[in-house]
Amino acid sequence: MSTKSLSLSATATAKYGFLIVSVLITIFPFVWVAMMGSHTRAEIFSAPPPFYFGDDILNNYQRLLEIMPFWLVLWNSLTVATLGTIGAVFFCSLCAYGFFAFEFRGKNIVFGLMVASMMVPPVLMLIPFFLTVKFLGLLDTHFAIWFPGVANAFGIFLVRQYMVSSISKELLDAAKIDGCSHFRIFWSVVMPLIKPAMATVGIVMFIGLWNNFLSPLIVLSSPDKYVLTLALRSVQSFANTPWGAVMLGTFLSMLPLLIAFLFFSRQMMAGLTAGAVKG
Amino acid sequence: MSDQALSPAPRSAETSHPPLPETHFIRPPKKRGRRLFNSLQPWLFISPFIIIFCLFTLFPLTFSVYLSFQEWNPVTGLSGMNYVGVQNYVEAYDDPWLWKSLYNTFWLAIVSGVPQHLIAVPVAYLLVYAVRSSLRHVLTATMFIPFITSTVAVALIFYSIYSANTGILNQMLLGASKLPLIGALFAWVPDVMPIKWLTKSDLIKPAIAAVVIWKYTGFNIVIYSAGFVTVPQDVYDAAKVDGCNRLQQFWHVALPMIRPFIFFAMTLTIIGNLQLFEEPFILTSGDTGGVGQAGLTTSYYLYLVGWEWLEMGAAAAISWILFLIIAIATSIHFYFNGRKGMEGNR
Repeated sequence: MSTKSLSLSATATAKYGFLIVSVLITIFPFVWVAMMGSHTRAEIFSAPPPFYFGDDILNNYQRLLEIMPFWLVLWNSLTVATLGTIGAVFFCSLCAYGFFAFEFRGKNIVFGLMVASMMVPPVLMLIPFFLTVKFLGLLDTHFAIWFPGVANAFGIFLVRQYMVSSISKELLDAAKIDGCSHFRIFWSVVMPLIKPAMATVGIVMFIGLWNNFLSPLIVLSSPDKYVLTLALRSVQSFANTPWGAVMLGTFLSMLPLLIAFLFFSRQMMAGLTAGAVKG
Repeated sequence: MSDQALSPAPRSAETSHPPLPETHFIRPPKKRGRRLFNSLQPWLFISPFIIIFCLFTLFPLTFSVYLSFQEWNPVTGLSGMNYVGVQNYVEAYDDPWLWKSLYNTFWLAIVSGVPQHLIAVPVAYLLVYAVRSSLRHVLTATMFIPFITSTVAVALIFYSIYSANTGILNQMLLGASKLPLIGALFAWVPDVMPIKWLTKSDLIKPAIAAVVIWKYTGFNIVIYSAGFVTVPQDVYDAAKVDGCNRLQQFWHVALPMIRPFIFFAMTLTIIGNLQLFEEPFILTSGDTGGVGQAGLTTSYYLYLVGWEWLEMGAAAAISWILFLIIAIATSIHFYFNGRKGMEGNR
């Protein structure tokens, strides 16, 4: 539109200036953390701090391994996020099928309860969640972090809505007449048709679990069970914090999602904005 | 439908039944065991939800109501519970730290919430109407990145950026004060150095708010872009014919049309911002809310009471107070903006 006239008018400059500044402010901290991960402590604390990539990455990496079992912690994060994601994709779809394919007494009550539970703010659940985990003897286990999310209201709701909009009940009837059991219908007929919704649930769950801090904070206590977020936070309070190492660890902890975002930005943005209903 | 119902399917014994009316989805079973199975089957499918819901939502929520009337240190085990009536609530009412935390929560909710939208709406508008669509996605996606990174990582990065003596923020301010033309604007900087962003009580909240704005504005931009894309071009054309310039089109056409999106995004901001925990927690390095509890939000305080001071009953009471406040704030928002917000202006 207005770009056609190549005259760099004041408004165009203002427009693009505004956008460019926004982008720069957005990416600056990422560039900054990557740079800091490559400097010694002395360089970081010199004034002015170095705004270029240093050559101390390997030393910082050594220090990082000294202050936390980085790869173990990364592995823990990966396990928690993967198990929770697979579980959620499967069980949310399964429950969604239950709400979609059947008419039964009490369905509306359960469905209503489910929708209502999406409104409960996470903070309110903090203490109850801790208590349940404690009663079940699940304190300091990864299970307690990923399991409660595998049949979450948001995921079920999302998949169920998708089923309603994309699968006709005639199709289910046809499959039934061919002698399919309901599980068989779910597995071979419905699942292939709801892949986009499953992808959305998977993306939201994986990112949520990878970045999760609150439940690890109140559930995990032994350092070898820590996930990335918790481990990084725990080295923050060290005396003489080796900032180069901490910044390197922080950067590495963000890297998997950043790389994934490079390839799947559309899906991730669509999924997370749809998933935002959960808050 | 009837075609399918009548089509021969010899493998199924059920085809001997006459075709059922469309409303009957589940066919009447023959045997008793089968009937039981059929009536239980839906429940089997939704059982994962029921189990987890009862275990991790329904029971604990109910229990936390009960708990809020008890005095309980979780270390003592269940037998250590003492019924204290409404004492937890009374003490919460008299607790200056709770009031302080509520003040901080609202301060942060507003100061970190409003700018998100004031920035996101014009940026989204520019992205949709002034940028080619290929470039638009790259820019939008870039601005979205903070949203997918963990709050802990983000807060740690800003923790170093805010560092008083050597943080890049202070260094950049110093550098700006030495620049030729705009230096005059920053002439005050050298006098106040080093600015202790995170250890001076009146700077903590703005510092936290900036991080929150940085992290969530991109998310709102994506929502608003989606909103502006839905506005049909001919509406603008009509406005242009009526003599609206670009700014008037934005104000009188585009904004009213994306009202539902604004309503949605604001709802998320209100609910989310009233629960801020991780940003203040990391930026005050998990202390008691920073100097003078200036960074202590209510979620944060709730954590301190429950897990640092081990008073679970009192923490439960605080969590219900916070819930009530969130519910009231959301209702007020729905009351004033709900109708217009949900219907839009079409």
